[in-house]
Amino acid sequence: MRGVSIIGIGQTEVREHWERPLRGLAVASITAALDDAGIDRADALYVGNMLSGELTGQEHLATLIADFAGLRGIEALKVEAACGSGGAAVRMGYLAVASGLQDLVIVTGVEKMTDCENGLVTEALAMAADGDYEAMQGLSFVALNALLMRRYMHEYRVSHEDFAGFSINAHRNAARNPYAMFHRPVTREEFTSARMISDPINLLDSSPIGDGAATVILCPEEKAQDLCPAPVTIIASATATDTIALHDRDDPLYLQAAHESAQKAYAQVGVGPEDMEIFELHDAFTIMAALSLEACGFADKGRGVELAKDGEISLRGNIPISTMGGLKGRGHPIGATGVYQIAELVQQLRGEAGANQVECHLGMAQSIGGTGATAITHILEGPN
Amino acid sequence: MSLARHWRLQDERYKLIGRECAACGQKLFPPRDICPHCGSRDLKPYRFAGAGEIYSYSTIYQPPAGYEGFVPYTVALIRLDEGPLVTAQLADVDRQGVEIGQRVEMVTRRLREYGPEGLIVYGYKFRPVLKC
Amino acid sequence: MKPNREVGIVGYGAYIPRYRIKADEILRVWKGIDSIHLEEKSVPGLDEDTATMAIEAARNALKRATIDPQEIGAVWVGSESKPYAVKPTATMVAEALGVTPHTNAADWEFACKAGTEAMQAAMGFVGSGMAKYALAIGVDTAQGRPGDQLEYTASAGGAAFIMGLKEESLAYLEASYSYVSDTPDFFRRPHQYYPQHGHRFTGEPAYFKHTYYAAQHLMEELGYTPEDYAMVVFHQPNSKFPRRVAQRLGFTGEQLKPGFLVEVIGNAYAGSSPLGLAAALDEAQPSDKILLVSFGSGAGSDALSFTATERIVKNDDSLVRVRDYIARRREIDYGTYCRYRDNLNSH
Repeated sequence: MRGVSIIGIGQTEVREHWERPLRGLAVASITAALDDAGIDRADALYVGNMLSGELTGQEHLATLIADFAGLRGIEALKVEAACGSGGAAVRMGYLAVASGLQDLVIVTGVEKMTDCENGLVTEALAMAADGDYEAMQGLSFVALNALLMRRYMHEYRVSHEDFAGFSINAHRNAARNPYAMFHRPVTREEFTSARMISDPINLLDSSPIGDGAATVILCPEEKAQDLCPAPVTIIASATATDTIALHDRDDPLYLQAAHESAQKAYAQVGVGPEDMEIFELHDAFTIMAALSLEACGFADKGRGVELAKDGEISLRGNIPISTMGGLKGRGHPIGATGVYQIAELVQQLRGEAGANQVECHLGMAQSIGGTGATAITHILEGPN
Repeated sequence: MSLARHWRLQDERYKLIGRECAACGQKLFPPRDICPHCGSRDLKPYRFAGAGEIYSYSTIYQPPAGYEGFVPYTVALIRLDEGPLVTAQLADVDRQGVEIGQRVEMVTRRLREYGPEGLIVYGYKFRPVLKC
Repeated sequence: MKPNREVGIVGYGAYIPRYRIKADEILRVWKGIDSIHLEEKSVPGLDEDTATMAIEAARNALKRATIDPQEIGAVWVGSESKPYAVKPTATMVAEALGVTPHTNAADWEFACKAGTEAMQAAMGFVGSGMAKYALAIGVDTAQGRPGDQLEYTASAGGAAFIMGLKEESLAYLEASYSYVSDTPDFFRRPHQYYPQHGHRFTGEPAYFKHTYYAAQHLMEELGYTPEDYAMVVFHQPNSKFPRRVAQRLGFTGEQLKPGFLVEVIGNAYAGSSPLGLAAALDEAQPSDKILLVSFGSGAGSDALSFTATERIVKNDDSLVRVRDYIARRREIDYGTYCRYRDNLNSH
């Protein structure tokens, strides 16, 4: 087992990329990362993506991208875990390097969602849920999260407006991230009056549909110093799963997989939530942000919203989240997101986060698939 | 439109048939081959009565493809009296008047059709109890 | 006619959807016809059709009968609004009720008397010893062309009847009679969405001729007069026709009342007289005689004479009665009605 470091990152903007196809987005982020790392070859490529087949008619994706990125011939594999595909790809890259079997590994997350009309995308996203017993009942992925939000509001006696802080924080930070989809802060009034998607989730609770690609380049820790002046190290990596369907969960309001994944990661390094200085969580919806904070030990059950209300999640707070916009503000190109989270943590730990800079040395990213069915947590340490 | 897929699901969809674990007694819906509670493979068919209460609900305004004709419609998690949670639409409700804890009963309704020439898929929905 | 072994109704159940559109509301849009004499009609919801209604009516019948569905030997559904032109509604009902696979199943058609067709056949099936029980359902989601006279009345609903031997029946059959001729009063060609009707031709030469003679012949055969009956149920295409034929035959308004539903739910076509029978059975007392006279365009009438037994009284408050479905209503406007009935597409 070896330590794993990140020596290069690359991102595209998250938006409707009319003029760029799926492979073009991936290649753009890979070349940016290769340039950032100062290298021009690699040993393996792992691509995180959920819907290339369904929305662009393309499977066998990693091999395609390797070829078009000038990496023909290397090991190349697609990794899928619904909305956690990006985190899953990072996990695969980590395993390859940590095991000693690969040295230079490119991890890319890419998604192209905007070529298809809404109904088809909504149908495709529901594939993260149980097809026969959730999606076929007419549920959208948003509706599943809405069921959680409504139950949460009922059990803990909080209002919809109590979630506003998550959206406001995300948009405020996104406005200062050139790669983010949204560049305008939102107000509390806008949050409470936004258009309903599946009640109580409205447009400003919900991360957007968009295209994007992010890449990180991994290498063994012992070789990182030679290649990179300020390498960031992945010091923990852990995955856990739960039931796919909400109706099969022991407690739908507790993200058991997120909890276990975080606990395993903390244990690998002997830390706890109190040691985390930054948390790039999976804020696909404001309810997910609250539940993630609770599952990972930052708040008690039902108290996650208080961190948003009290400003603890802001850049100056106790546990900054979505520091570059998060899924809500930077955007959520499904399979790419988990890699964006890592790239953004690297920016923070290197001191390259610009107006969004947080003073930090230890940060955590968590990528979630489905409504909490898969959770992949990574803890990163800044350069020495 | 996968005729076989929908045909395979008829027992669940029409009759709410799940499983009962012979080893630990847990009632499971949807049906499975391995008990998630005790790991036993000794599972027998079990027909749920269809009575339960609303655990949570949400009204959908942006539907997945194939369900546009029904918007707005309400989906829910229902806690069946025998224990399991079920994901299903609520039938015969308006946007108002749905409450967590409300008693509901199973009915068979159209879930969707695959166009005017294609298969009609029927399945379970839940409506507020007609008669107490 | 009656089978060699005496048979009757072992269980029955109804279904009416919850939506209603008032006749006045239709009038508001079309500003034409006036002499409709009905309050409102039932409208099926977006997720309802003949199959879903048949299933619920049959489930209600099964509840009342308390028999093992596996002992049902035939499931027969009469309707003119089948969800599939080819694929029997009956197999879906049989599957949903747990009657399959050791059973016969088929769909029947004879316009508005398709349900009583199925009932006649079911009674013959049981009486012949070919099955212990047989399930017959009359159900429809009727269509009326926007602006046409039929639009005021064409509604949705139906009732299911499980037939068994007399010893188990809550109402047994004394005899039945069918009166049929080739009369083209109302019909629908394949691939047409709305039916055609013959206006005044649907009256005397069709409805009245067949219902009158069917009822008259049956009563003669049994040696009964109208006074012998506690209740009479006719097919109800509107509120005038059943009243008039009842009067001609010598029945009173009181006898007609229990099964007279058209003014509050409209004409459910193959579900109309079955629903009327179900409503009458809801109120029947032991030894009450009930005469059922259906009518189907094309044309024909089935007359069936039932006598209620001790079993008719059921002290089970969880059983849903016709009046419970009638009382369950949600009014909709004409625009919503058009959406629900798919009238916004050109047919």
